[in-house]
Amino acid sequence: MNLAFKDIRKNLGRFVITTIGIGMLLMIVMGMAGIYRGLLEDATFLINKIGADLWIVQQDTRGPFAELSRVPTSLVYRAQTVPGVESAREFVFHTIQREHRGALLRMSILGLSWPEDKGDWLPLIAGRPLRQNHFEMIADKSLGLELGETLPLGKDEYTIVGITSGMVGTGGDGMAFTTLLDSQAIQFDSPSEAIRLERAARDNRGQGSAVFLQQPQLTEQLALPASQLPAIAKPSLSAVLVTIKPGADLEGIEALIGSWQDVSVYTTAGQEDLLVQGIVDKARKQLFMFRVLLTLIAAIIMALIIYTLTLDKIYAIALLKLIGAPNRVILGMILQQALLLGGLGYAVAYTAGTQLFPKFPRRVVLTNEDLIQLAIIVFVISILSSLMGIWKALKVEPNEVLMS
Amino acid sequence: MNNTSAKLIVNDEPTSSELAIETRELRKVYGEGNTEVIAMQDASLSVQQGEVVALLGPSGSGKSTFLTAIGLINPPTSGQIWIGGKLVMDGPEAQTDVRAFRRKHIGFVFQKSNLIDFLNARENVQIAMELNGLSHRAAGKRAEELLESLGVGDRANHEVSMLSGGQQQRVAVARALANHPSVLLADEPTAALDSFRGRQVMELFRDVARQHGAGVIVVTHDHRTLDVFDTIYEMEDGIIRVSKSVHRSS
Repeated sequence: MNLAFKDIRKNLGRFVITTIGIGMLLMIVMGMAGIYRGLLEDATFLINKIGADLWIVQQDTRGPFAELSRVPTSLVYRAQTVPGVESAREFVFHTIQREHRGALLRMSILGLSWPEDKGDWLPLIAGRPLRQNHFEMIADKSLGLELGETLPLGKDEYTIVGITSGMVGTGGDGMAFTTLLDSQAIQFDSPSEAIRLERAARDNRGQGSAVFLQQPQLTEQLALPASQLPAIAKPSLSAVLVTIKPGADLEGIEALIGSWQDVSVYTTAGQEDLLVQGIVDKARKQLFMFRVLLTLIAAIIMALIIYTLTLDKIYAIALLKLIGAPNRVILGMILQQALLLGGLGYAVAYTAGTQLFPKFPRRVVLTNEDLIQLAIIVFVISILSSLMGIWKALKVEPNEVLMS
Repeated sequence: MNNTSAKLIVNDEPTSSELAIETRELRKVYGEGNTEVIAMQDASLSVQQGEVVALLGPSGSGKSTFLTAIGLINPPTSGQIWIGGKLVMDGPEAQTDVRAFRRKHIGFVFQKSNLIDFLNARENVQIAMELNGLSHRAAGKRAEELLESLGVGDRANHEVSMLSGGQQQRVAVARALANHPSVLLADEPTAALDSFRGRQVMELFRDVARQHGAGVIVVTHDHRTLDVFDTIYEMEDGIIRVSKSVHRSS
C-alpha cells in the first residue's frame, strides 16, 4: 500500500494547489534560464546569420553591436586589396524608435550591401527579398508590420516586401532590412529646416573662403547632403565585413588588417565573445543570482510545505510506529511526497512555461541542458526539503498516540 | 451494527494454560532527585493465553505506564517483561527489535479509535498486515473478513470520519487482531462509547481472547462491564493488586 498516495488522496485539493504554486515558482526559475539563453541567442544570432569571417570596426571599439563604430566607405576597397580576401562589404546597423499607428515602434535596421546582397539569406516567412535599391524593406514579424504596409521614416516611405521570423537585434528589438543607402538615409535624416540652416551656414563660410572665391563651382557642392560630401562627412559605415577565400589564412589576414592604425578587426567568434562578455555577461550574472535566490526560495517553501504536511499527519506517523511500521516506511512516505511535489511542480512549470514564454516580449529559450539541470536541482531540493519533515517524523514517539 | 454480529466466541474458557504475558517487579521512575516520581513499582502479573484481564485504578495510579511498558513503548526503569515465554525487556534494555516485535505480537486498542485518517476502514486493517509482510491482495482479503466478522464489513470502504465511534472502535479491534497477536492491550477502549456499545466491545475482547488464544489486558473505569473479565486487578500508587479472579487466580 502506498501511504504517500493515500495521504495525498485525502488532501488532494491542497496538494494540487501546492503543486501549482511550486510549479509557478519553478516556472520562473526555468524562465530566468530561458531569458538568459534568449539574450545570448539574440546577441549572437545576427552575427552568425551574417556569416562574415572578419569584422573590421573603428579602432579600439568593440564593434557595432557593443558600441558606436564608424569607419569610412573607402575601407571596403582597402579590405578587398588584401591577399586572400574574397569579398568585403559595407555594414550599417543602428536602432531607431519612431511612432507608428499611434504606438512606439522600436527596430534595429541593417543595411544590405545592394546589389550583391538583396536579403536572399534571410529566413522569409512571407513576401520576397529586395528587388530595388530604394524604398523597400524586409521586416521581422515581431515588429507587427504587415506585408504591403508602408512605413514613413524620415522623408521617405518604405514598403514592407518581406517578413522574417526570429530576426532580432542584439538588444532583442525586431530587425528591419533595407539597402545600405536607405539605412543611411534613415540614420542620417535631418529635418528640412536643419538642412536649410546648414546649407546657409556653409554658403556663408564659403563666401569668406579663398578656395571658393577661386573656384566658384565648388559652391554648388555645398548644397549636397552632408553624407554625400566625402571631405566633410563623417565616416558613415558601422563596419566592413570580410569574407576570405577558401583555404586562405584567416589568422594571417586578421593580423594584417589588425596592423592598420585606424581600425580593429575581429573574427566572428571574437565578436560573439565580446558581446557575451560585454552586454550579456552582466545580465547573465544578474539572472543567475535571481535563479539562485528563487531556487533557494522554492527549496524553503517546499521544505515548509513538506514539514507542514508531516505535522498534519504526525499522529498517523506515531500510530504507524505504534503498530510496528519500520522507519523506512515512514521516511519513504515523506520522501515520496516530496519527490512527487517536486516532480509534478516541475511538470507544471514546463507545461505552463512552454505555453506562456512564447507570449513574452523577449525571446525565452528553453534548452535541454537547462531543463535537465533544473530537473536535477528540483530532485535535490525535493530530497533536502523532506529532511526537516523526516527529522520530525523520526523524533515522534509512538506513545504520543496515547497522550493525544 | 447488532449485538450478535460482534460475537466471535467459540469457547467459554481460555484455550491454553501457557502464559501470554508475564511481568516481574516492573518499576518506572520519572525524573531524579527532588523531582523523582515513582509511577510504577514492583508491578508483577501474569496473563494466560485466552485470559481477559481488567486493570482498574484512579487516574495517575500508573495504569497507562504499565500498559505502555508491556506494549514496549515506554521501557521500565527495572524489572522484566516476558511475552509468549520470551524475555523482551530486561530493565530498560530491549532484548529484541521492539518495533518488529510489536508489529508481530502485540495489538493495541485505545480510548480514541486510533485510526489513520487518510486510510479507509479496510486499509487501516490492511496496513498492519502489509507491514508484517503479507501481500497486498491477501491483506485486503483478510481485512475484509475481519471487518465482516466484527459487523462493519459494509463500512470497509468508508473513510474513518464517516464511521460512528463504535464502528471506529471495531475497526481498531480488527487492526489489533490482524496479525494474530499473542497480546492485546486496550486502554479505556469504551470511554467514548455508550453502555451498550461499551459492553459490545468488552465482549468482543473476551471473544477474541478465547478464539485467538491471546492474552488481553484492558485498562478501564467502566464498572458496568467487569463481569466480562476473567481476572480484575487494581492499581494504586504504582502497585498492582488482585481484586477478583473469576476463572483463574494469578
